[in-house]
Amino acid sequence: MAGLDHFSSSAPVNDKGPADDETEEISARNARNGVILFLMYVVVYSTYVGLNAFKPTVMDTVPLLGVNLAVLYGVGLIVLALVLALVYAWLCRSTRNGPSAADGQEQSR
Amino acid sequence: MIYDASPVAVGVFLLFVVITLALSFYFARKTKSAAGYFAAGGEIPWFVNGVAFAGDYLSAASFLGICGMIAFYGYDGFLYSIGYLAGWVVALLVIAEPLKRMGRFTFADALDSRFHSRGIKLSAAISTLVVSIFYLIPQMVGAGALIKPLLGFPHYAGVLLVGVVVVLIVVTAGMVSTTYVQFMKGSLLLIFTAVLVVMILYRGLHVDESPRASNEQTVTITASGEKLVNGLPQGTGEGQTDLRPVGHVSRLPDDMKETGPLGPIEFLSVLQKSEVVLWSSKTEHNEDGSSTTTYTPVPTSGADVLQPGTHPKSKFAGLRSDQSISKINWSKINFLSLMLALFCGTASLPHILIRYYTVKDQASARKSTIVGIGTIGFFYVLTLYLGLGAMTSGQLDITNSNMAAPLLAKSFNEWLFAIISAIAFTTVLGTVSGLIIAATGAVVHDLITSFFRVKLTDHEKVRVGKWAAGVVGVIAIILGILFEKMNVNFLVGWAFSVAASANLPSLVMLLFWKRTTKQGITAAIVVGMVSSLSWILLSGDTYSAVYGLPADQAFVPFSQPGIVTIPLGFIVLIVISLFTQRTGTAEVIAKAGQPVT
Repeated sequence: MAGLDHFSSSAPVNDKGPADDETEEISARNARNGVILFLMYVVVYSTYVGLNAFKPTVMDTVPLLGVNLAVLYGVGLIVLALVLALVYAWLCRSTRNGPSAADGQEQSR
Repeated sequence: MIYDASPVAVGVFLLFVVITLALSFYFARKTKSAAGYFAAGGEIPWFVNGVAFAGDYLSAASFLGICGMIAFYGYDGFLYSIGYLAGWVVALLVIAEPLKRMGRFTFADALDSRFHSRGIKLSAAISTLVVSIFYLIPQMVGAGALIKPLLGFPHYAGVLLVGVVVVLIVVTAGMVSTTYVQFMKGSLLLIFTAVLVVMILYRGLHVDESPRASNEQTVTITASGEKLVNGLPQGTGEGQTDLRPVGHVSRLPDDMKETGPLGPIEFLSVLQKSEVVLWSSKTEHNEDGSSTTTYTPVPTSGADVLQPGTHPKSKFAGLRSDQSISKINWSKINFLSLMLALFCGTASLPHILIRYYTVKDQASARKSTIVGIGTIGFFYVLTLYLGLGAMTSGQLDITNSNMAAPLLAKSFNEWLFAIISAIAFTTVLGTVSGLIIAATGAVVHDLITSFFRVKLTDHEKVRVGKWAAGVVGVIAIILGILFEKMNVNFLVGWAFSVAASANLPSLVMLLFWKRTTKQGITAAIVVGMVSSLSWILLSGDTYSAVYGLPADQAFVPFSQPGIVTIPLGFIVLIVISLFTQRTGTAEVIAKAGQPVT
């Protein structure tokens, strides 16, 4: 089963490791997407830290569900990390040998 | 009695140890080469690696430390959960794939992939060893803290036991056994934490009006070392007494006495409108040489419990102080510094970085990080419920915040206590084995074969690695015994600061700035490591916790160094790189066609 089965111990692993499915072009595109998503998270995380440090009383407000902003924002940051990770996985879905490789390479041109 | 000797707990604990060792010996037969020993031959499936990330990362600090901090101080403990998880965004989106592409065994491989510099190898190896040792100390302290009440052994016995088991895990099959122990630990931790949270929600909240729940308690250590609890010798015999377990709700909304089962959101909203009894402590040194710590109940509104910076004893207490603009609020800067270190630290931890070499390619590195974020994020959300559940469980030990999670389980039943305690123990095993394998990789690959240029065969590398694991294990045992009194989560915060200051500037600049030179990388690692370590050793927290001196005599104004030393690492790298353009860039080295030292 993908992601669970241990690879054959006889599989060749040379000094540079097994051959990679991703071309330099795809790697560069992934890196670009990664940085954009990373910067988005930095803005949200910095706002959270800044509010706690300089306007902590804002965190006391109860905007919805009877739970204060500190809890909602904190849990939201954890959930946002997972959402961005999934978005990143979706953006990186094409590989050299994958079905959507052509699309991915076309876009990167 | 808070702690009773539990045959069930001992049995489950021993079962976990036996399974762990059996797993290690099983994989030992399959691990012969250096690639197999140090990086599992790049053959670990991405899903297993992702859960192993959780097993590696969710250390005693996360499980015991954060739960204890939330139980004692409320929301402030949850700030650590948020910071620890946020760091994974850096790991996934910036570091994971390039690191996999450039390296083979250690993170120094990646840093040095363009330069072939002995200086980079040496500085990165020392940085790996320093961070690993810093991270090892709290794990070993956590092990001792756990074994003491669980099995009735002294602290040093717990540390020794963990040390021996971990060295056996690493010596038998290296990264393969370490990975599967971490996979097992990560899976069990998630499953049983989720079970515990469901039970907390099902039990709901109830008011405890008994006087024993709210009476002051004292602990006196006499000049001769005897421990008195509430004026009597500690024990269960005649004329002896023990600490009363604490932690309860003193008022519920609408004068309810109990809520019955609650949903996850409802639990938080009801708690917010309730009143909980927290505890403050004050220690006085008496003229006869004894010292008495008095624990006083402090009824606190649920709204305050769920806000940052409201508990006077918390590390973040200064967040809500209003000082004039002219006076710098060091507490706020300390907080910003810690949150920066947690954010930058994860992607700089050697034992996390080497896990990218255990999968076959970049796509697997990416997928396993996403699984890691999912599992670790889920766990950190649960820590909020674990901590608040422990806070209201009626089972807390006011003298030991690290035992909040196991004691929370004990408030339900003996079996759950036994399982959670055993999982906490495997938590330590999983993280410590990952740290030891990172340290041995640095010793064998970066120091012995790359820096000292000792030629070793594949078989010899494995043998030397096993000896190195033994030595690192012994060092960890000694430090775990020496640092018995230190707070577990607190020490991990320091490890993050050192890792982020020493390693992150080089990793990031190597990826994003073409003018980076080998001299710039070496200087950034050395300056980042030395400055952050020096800052920590001269800080108020170290003065009070390690040297026993007043914190206000400290040399530096706040304890967390990251806000100064992480930017310093970047500045040093940029300045030195600009001054060494003619000799140090990868292009110049490539044109010269010679190895650079």
